Amino acid sequence: MKPAAFEYHAARSVEEAVATLAEVAPDQGRILAGGQSLVPTMAFRLATPEHLVDINGIEELGRLAVEDGVLSIGACVRHAAFHRPVTDGGLGAILTFMAGHIGHYPIRQRGTFCGSLAQADPSSEWCLAAVTLDATITAQSTRGRRTIAGADFIQGIMTTALEDDELLVETRIALPAADTRFGFAEFSRRAGDFALAMALVSFRLSGGVMHDARLGIGGAEDHPRRIPQAEAALDGQPPGSQAFEAAAAAVAAALDPMEDAGTSAQYRRELAQCLARRALESAAESAAA
Amino acid sequence: MTRKHDITLTINGHDHAITVDARRTLADAIRDQCGQTGTHIGCEHGVCGSCTLLLDGVPVRSCLIFAVQCVGVAIRTVEGLAQGDELHPLQRSFIEHHALQCGFCTPGFLMLAVGILENEPDISDADLRAALSSNLCRCTGYANIVKAVRAAADELRAGP
Repeated sequence: MKPAAFEYHAARSVEEAVATLAEVAPDQGRILAGGQSLVPTMAFRLATPEHLVDINGIEELGRLAVEDGVLSIGACVRHAAFHRPVTDGGLGAILTFMAGHIGHYPIRQRGTFCGSLAQADPSSEWCLAAVTLDATITAQSTRGRRTIAGADFIQGIMTTALEDDELLVETRIALPAADTRFGFAEFSRRAGDFALAMALVSFRLSGGVMHDARLGIGGAEDHPRRIPQAEAALDGQPPGSQAFEAAAAAVAAALDPMEDAGTSAQYRRELAQCLARRALESAAESAAA
Repeated sequence: MTRKHDITLTINGHDHAITVDARRTLADAIRDQCGQTGTHIGCEHGVCGSCTLLLDGVPVRSCLIFAVQCVGVAIRTVEGLAQGDELHPLQRSFIEHHALQCGFCTPGFLMLAVGILENEPDISDADLRAALSSNLCRCTGYANIVKAVRAAADELRAGP
């Protein structure tokens, strides 16, 4: 229950962090951000990195800003930063609601939004947000910077598009149109536990019908993804139980859920179906942003 | 052989100069090298909350942060709550509401509650219950812990 020995490197700038990472990555060097997933894994000796590059002292990575229609979330922005809405309207409100489902209060004071993406746990709320809301992820290494779309970034259970020598420096989410409505629903067996399934939805309304519908499911499969069949069942339809049931049924039909000792694939499928409907109902009830 | 780090931890306003391996958690450093054993260690992987303390005013799990990361940070532990013989209002409230049985989880719950109430003095009942679900009490005395923190919150808000 004690982590194995490692060399500690406190980086003072992004340049220093990626230079050190480039050096130590071949020797199992890793980035240490909030540490709320990495350190428990080290305590179990499931992870035994020989080097940790601590980015908590890099001031610019704590940046959380809304400008030019984009929400920018630096690598060291904690989950707790979302306890209050970070932007007006539906996006800020839904991120606050989602943040309340992440671990527990003290975990949220340390754990980071971007670290959650880099960890890519299938039941991560922020991974679902990044995929459903088309986030853009910026990775930096000594080879330069590149951007990766949310849906391309998360590739499987704890598997991302990041190379070993790359630091996830920032996630950007475009602010939605002002009339976008959001809904989120999640189920876990205990407060703060890993979700068995969750759904994030958004849509716009005009002329009494939905358009630009997005519906993402997390926790059920090995990585979160949007369900195009469900989105197609919403676009052009008036919001209401008929369209919502059809979209939820499309979710159930499209999923290939994970199984574990306590949870069958069928259970997760039905859970996702139910949560998709609840998220849609809550989006319909929410005041337009 | 990994490098040792000479660091100074500031706990309840007092400096402790110690030498640590990078892998040493804050919880272990505080207890074993600074002699402050009020902070308890239960699960050592961030689940039970026994080791909760305040870092620059926010409650965190001290088993999930390395001591070497805590240089220049104000650390507050249960030993810093009472002022001389005068117990902190939360400590008094825990006694009055029978919010402890074996007492093992109590330092963690106290520091969690202090952190919550200092950051969110007007917290709702529902949010308080959700926040207190962060820590485990194996005597299962949760109802009285919630009562004690609620009463202390009301007292603190009313002012002295």
